[in-house]
Amino acid sequence: MDLAIQVENLISHYGDREILKKISLDVPRGEILVIMGGSGSGKSTFLRSLLGLKKATSGKVYLLGKDIMQLNEMEMQDMRKNMGVAFQGGALFNSLTVGENVRLPLHEHTELDEATINIMSRMKLEVVNLSGFEDLKPAELSGGMIKRAALARAIVMDPKLLFFDEPSAGLDPVASVELDELILKLRDALQMTIVVVTHELESAYKIADRITVLDQGEILMTGTVDEVKNSSNKRIQSLLHRQARDEEVDAEEYLNRLTREAKRH
Amino acid sequence: MQSITRNIEALGKKTSQSIEECGYIVMLFLESIFWLVFGKRRNQSIRMAAIVSEAKQIGVDAVAISAVLCFAIGIMLAIQGIETLKTFGAQSQVILGIALSVTREFSPLIIGILVAGRSGSSIAARLGTMNESQEIDALQVMGINPVRYLATPVLVAMIIMLPLLTILGDFMGLLGGAVYSNIELNISFAAYAERSFEILSVDDIAQGLIKSVVFAGIIALVSLSNGFQVSGGAEGVGRATTRSVVMSISFIVLADMIFTYFLNR
Repeated sequence: MDLAIQVENLISHYGDREILKKISLDVPRGEILVIMGGSGSGKSTFLRSLLGLKKATSGKVYLLGKDIMQLNEMEMQDMRKNMGVAFQGGALFNSLTVGENVRLPLHEHTELDEATINIMSRMKLEVVNLSGFEDLKPAELSGGMIKRAALARAIVMDPKLLFFDEPSAGLDPVASVELDELILKLRDALQMTIVVVTHELESAYKIADRITVLDQGEILMTGTVDEVKNSSNKRIQSLLHRQARDEEVDAEEYLNRLTREAKRH
Repeated sequence: MQSITRNIEALGKKTSQSIEECGYIVMLFLESIFWLVFGKRRNQSIRMAAIVSEAKQIGVDAVAISAVLCFAIGIMLAIQGIETLKTFGAQSQVILGIALSVTREFSPLIIGILVAGRSGSSIAARLGTMNESQEIDALQVMGINPVRYLATPVLVAMIIMLPLLTILGDFMGLLGGAVYSNIELNISFAAYAERSFEILSVDDIAQGLIKSVVFAGIIALVSLSNGFQVSGGAEGVGRATTRSVVMSISFIVLADMIFTYFLNR
């Protein structure tokens, strides 16, 4: 099988806290994988590790067959040309217009002339239905438009891998559905492998080929939408049905937590 | 006993943090220079447009206020000088005092403090906000090195503009002194200028300019490093801004003292 992303036994820490506990995951080319999990499940850390923004404690991440932890800076730079990322808040550069934002990767990585760059960036803005908004600053756009502009910037280099962090967060239902459709369209039209991190069930069910459920730094399961829906795992079911976690309380540990200051001194 | 160990622990933590920060600043400097020299070879060249736009914000936009401040300093030195020298009946020697103290000391110092307040704070705030809104992550995943793209232009522009502003400051300070001496002692502008040029050697001007280059490095690196390391939302950005101004000005004054000591031996 032709794998776009391969993660082996990934362990990651923030300080002493273990955030990811031996995660392994394969994503075949052309798949839309949705990573789901509640807050604190480690999904943001997992995404940052995939993007090479956070160094893992141990384990391996292969993107397009290359181990990103072994790549030198130049090789990583080349790798990044094959990766597009749309961040949660868009992360558009506020001092640049929408058009300049979308053109930036082309300016920095290619030797194309201005006219070509303009045409390419307009094509991508056209894809996300933002033509005519080129000259506005990000501050003048609505939440949905910012996400779409960020998506246009992420795909302007025609990457093979697209990562999308919380596409529907903070959007109204209509804008959210539009964005989901856009993601599906991108995969079909441009044959991208897409990883979406979200906690929105509706959106996950709609776009996912497979869903990976992450909880407290562990993968509970990876499967198709139906497999996840029909899972008998209690934690998955409580995530799907929005139930509060009711974990068993360890009396000893609970007491330790309450009295830790007194103990330290 | 407990409070003593706690204080020692806190002191140790502070010390190691300070050392870490110094290390960060040194690395930032080396990395900025690296990109300046090798950027082109790595397909990540420094854009002239970025340097020009920084230079405009740091230097050109500060011309009026720098001129006014240094003019006022010149007048102030003249008032104090004439008042003090009156005791010895040597009022006309005020020209000597003004010429040397403006070029060697006041012009670079005042310009340094002004730019630290004006540009240092805005650089830290801008980078801090970019950091908080994931714009710096976005640069990184696009394969655009943030130090090359954001820091090097600031450092270069600062090192070019601060000496230029200092030359302007020299001129305005001397002019201020001339205006007041003209009113108070009836020294003509021509005579004042002639005497000033007689007194001043290249060394005096150079001393001020060398200082201003050092101050430029201090302001740029301190505000950049504070901006890059922001955490904690809007409050964190505010803290970094204040901190970078206070740190820059403190370092400028200390560096000034050390330089003055060595350059006058």
